[in-house]
Amino acid sequence: MGPAPMRSPDSDPSPFADAASRFEWSVASDVREIDPIVSTITRACVDAGFPDQACRLNVPVALTEAMANAIMRGNEGDVSRSMRVCARIDDAMLCVEVTDEGAGFDAEAARAMCQDPEWLEREDGRGVFLMYALMDKVEMWCDAGHTVRLVLRRK
Amino acid sequence: MGTFTIERDGDLLTVVVDGQLVVGNRAEFKQLVFDEIEAGARRVLIDFSNTGYIDSSGLGALVSLGKRVREQGGALRLAGLNDDLRTLFELTRLDTLFQLHGSRADALAGF
Repeated sequence: MGPAPMRSPDSDPSPFADAASRFEWSVASDVREIDPIVSTITRACVDAGFPDQACRLNVPVALTEAMANAIMRGNEGDVSRSMRVCARIDDAMLCVEVTDEGAGFDAEAARAMCQDPEWLEREDGRGVFLMYALMDKVEMWCDAGHTVRLVLRRK
Repeated sequence: MGTFTIERDGDLLTVVVDGQLVVGNRAEFKQLVFDEIEAGARRVLIDFSNTGYIDSSGLGALVSLGKRVREQGGALRLAGLNDDLRTLFELTRLDTLFQLHGSRADALAGF
């Protein structure tokens, strides 16, 4: 599988219509922007009754990975570029989309890195792996920028 | 986000991580410990008893610190990881690279 497809998955209508709780940010590419957004979404998951471990681990770590990738890889750490984050929580799931101004990357190659014998001693290369490990569904595509969609279903 | 408290006793360095160890503070964390290794710390203990979560950047920083201290003939041990943090180490197989201890006292035994 190559880089992210060039459009949003057709089969999935906008996940942000009719959401019970909805959040949206457009911020500069600065890692200091990550923590407040993660805190807000995680708190909303706690309030919505998501399982404890999801609120302590899955949600904050996967969101941090998606935004760090967007800022440091997609936008190449250029603070003049922006990152857009849309989140919604409803009766079924948490859905978050993180969009940067980059051209995307080969997610399958990034995931496959964990099979490399040298992966264990590398400083980088765990972010994409963790997103897939901690979320129920991860999708990526390029449209006006590159978007990562994270979905965590209520259990 | 997170803050770090360091204690130094001879060549033993203990770092307590309060809050998160993530992309926003991993550079500060790495530099702090690298400086102490440069200044002679050889037994490095990171105490995660007060830590919320760690992201891939934080995990990567630990990998680098482990390498650096081993190159200097020392060792790195991790203590106080809750079940969530242990899950992260298991998912990434880093539980095979680091010695994980339930408490600081356990980590210090025989260190």
